[in-house]
Amino acid sequence: MTFEYAPAPESRAIVTIKPKYGHFIGGKFVAGGKHFPTINPATEEVLSQIALAGKADVDAAVKAARKAYTSTWSKMSGKERGKYLYRIARIMQERAREFAVLETLDNGKPIRESRDTDIPLAAAHFFYHAGWADKLEYAGLGTSPKPLGVAGQIIPWNFPLLMLAWKVAPALAAGNTVVLKPAESTPLTALLFAEVCQQAELPAGVVNIVTGDGSTGALIVNHPGIDKIAFTGSTEVGKIIARAVAPTNKSVTLELGGKAANIVFDDAPIDETVEGIVNGIFFNQGHVCCAGSRLLLQENVAEEVLHKLKNRMQKIRVGDPMDKNTDVGAINSKEQLAKIIELAAVGDSEGAERWSPECKLPSKGFWFAPTIFTGVTQAHRIAREEIFGPVLSVLTFRTPAEAIEKANNTPFGLSAGIWSEKGSRTLWASQQLRAGVIWANTFNKFDPTSPFGGYKESGWGREGGRHGLAAYLKGVSHE
Amino acid sequence: MSFYGLVDGTEASLKSYLGKLSGVDQVGAEARASMLATRSIKTTSKRWAIDTAITMVDLTTLEGADTPGKVKALCTKAVRPDPTDTTVPSVGAVCVYNDMVSVARAHLDLIGGQHVPVAAVSTAFPSGRASMPVKIQDTQDAIDAGAAEIDMVIDRGAFLAGRYIDVFNEIVQIRQICGNKAHLKVIFETGELVTYDNVRKASFLAMAAGADFIKTSTGKVAPAATPPVVLVMLEAVRDFYEMTQVRIGVKPAGGIRNTKDAIKQLVLVNETVGPDWLNPKLFRIGASALLNDLLMQRMKMDDGYYTSPQYVTMD
Repeated sequence: MTFEYAPAPESRAIVTIKPKYGHFIGGKFVAGGKHFPTINPATEEVLSQIALAGKADVDAAVKAARKAYTSTWSKMSGKERGKYLYRIARIMQERAREFAVLETLDNGKPIRESRDTDIPLAAAHFFYHAGWADKLEYAGLGTSPKPLGVAGQIIPWNFPLLMLAWKVAPALAAGNTVVLKPAESTPLTALLFAEVCQQAELPAGVVNIVTGDGSTGALIVNHPGIDKIAFTGSTEVGKIIARAVAPTNKSVTLELGGKAANIVFDDAPIDETVEGIVNGIFFNQGHVCCAGSRLLLQENVAEEVLHKLKNRMQKIRVGDPMDKNTDVGAINSKEQLAKIIELAAVGDSEGAERWSPECKLPSKGFWFAPTIFTGVTQAHRIAREEIFGPVLSVLTFRTPAEAIEKANNTPFGLSAGIWSEKGSRTLWASQQLRAGVIWANTFNKFDPTSPFGGYKESGWGREGGRHGLAAYLKGVSHE
Repeated sequence: MSFYGLVDGTEASLKSYLGKLSGVDQVGAEARASMLATRSIKTTSKRWAIDTAITMVDLTTLEGADTPGKVKALCTKAVRPDPTDTTVPSVGAVCVYNDMVSVARAHLDLIGGQHVPVAAVSTAFPSGRASMPVKIQDTQDAIDAGAAEIDMVIDRGAFLAGRYIDVFNEIVQIRQICGNKAHLKVIFETGELVTYDNVRKASFLAMAAGADFIKTSTGKVAPAATPPVVLVMLEAVRDFYEMTQVRIGVKPAGGIRNTKDAIKQLVLVNETVGPDWLNPKLFRIGASALLNDLLMQRMKMDDGYYTSPQYVTMD
């Protein structure tokens, strides 16, 4: 007999999902008009009906946010704002398991990741920014920094609660109020967060959450009552938003796509490098804007690294996201799965060699096996376009200079990874790489104290750290 | 000796062989080990893991106060860990000091434990601070007394001073004494080598020198068999197998006191070097208190409730 892990499913009894949700405006849940379903991508089960916000809903949310801003939040001392943020952070920790289960059900990511990464990090963002609320004068962002007003925030489906935390925590700490729209396919944890705001007795209207699709997002972006837009999502939509706000007074921060190079030099610590490659591209099914989706291997170790990588990939456990031993869960939506399939087919037709470990995929839901393409060159579309799935393109290089040139030869610049045991080489490479986040001998590590954001078409501005605060304060350079 | 064709016995060849090893990133190794520690092993797989772990225990007593009575009691426990349940397998081996080997062997044979080998700690265990003739005699004595397994310690002083060839030669000589009579386990005392780079280097050194098993610790120094140390050793064993097609065993020892820790070790084996190593020929756990916790967990799985420690024997 071999060591087969028996199913170890997390219980979903801890969450109560209502059959239908409205919007959260002015501290209350208000009924929506039209609804659309949100499903569990691992089973295609309909979890709930979600309201589609139209103009009237967005108007009401902006109005509530403005009222809360002028009457309460902007007048409150930083110390008092901080208290609310600490309270929210603590409640998120207390209800962490509930958030984790709900996130996994709605998103398809493994419970291990929502439990160990998404939710703890989301709470950490609130704790971190709670600390800033009464210290803004000392952040080096001017002697008397002032909030911007009402922030419209549009977040993606890959890290639903975490992206909410990245947006809401700094906005509130700096004294802004918000209108937030969660992604169409993953609204449930944002709606649970609305309950947390009620539980924390956050003044009505400081946080407003409207659900919907791209049309709701457009209403927020174009709303004249909004002072700032914060968006995380595709470069394509980012460009539309940039055009829309260009002729207005709105401030804007954008976290967009990426095609990160993960560079492995021949003196890398091989076993940990292989872990880092796996974590870089298969973490969260590769639905990560900063994913290490382009692996650049120094040619003299390429064969060894690939051999070990393939062996390691055979141990990846793909399947039920609710099972505590699952490493890779479901693709978030049918549409995303179709995109991944399409781009992978392009890889085949361009002559790259596709490889996946043997793995049984469930018959229901949206699944894509962890995949690598070898023999990829800069001229392949799979080396240039963001796939946003568990698909790794492997390229090789001969010299450090060639590695940097290839790494930078992309319109994106969100993140990059360097694997080497040589400190001088790591420092040199990190100075050459045109990317907002550089990881050395690790990948996909996040911390609220560390600013995150892109060069080039990967975005404008930074989120997290002291730099991230600047994006929610008046008169501060955003770069 | 051929040393698998990896080294020719000279210092230069050993340096070149060890120089080719890639480094170990501490943060990465620890992260991987702690991720694997989250594996949730339940129901049928837990039951399998408990029984497998029992067969892997090197039931150990290494005290100045060891007496023939104490050693015989340990042997009885090793053969039949739970006198009330004959489905419980015997442990992997009994591990004692050199002078207790004959007592242990005789008693095991007397009670029908011929299938349980006796392992002797050797080469001036635990410090390793003795001359080579003494270490050789120590080993020879144990084999003559019936030890089928020799757990030798390396000279950590020589290793830390960079005299790898001395460490290598000691292992080679002890290997020769063991011949076909005894399996050789080489103890690194990883708590004294400290870095994962050293652990990896010591693993490759010992394997080329002829170790059948590589073992973390004496149990006298903490930290001992931490999951990342065992991970690094398992990776070394996996890579060595790819180079030579020879399977070397791994024995974590020290600090593995309960079922949860033991199962974490089995998960490390399963997901690093693979299921081929999940048997007592290639994986052992040096422990004393662990066995009783495994027995209590086993009873709990059968009965559905935790039993009183009074129902497991204290030896």
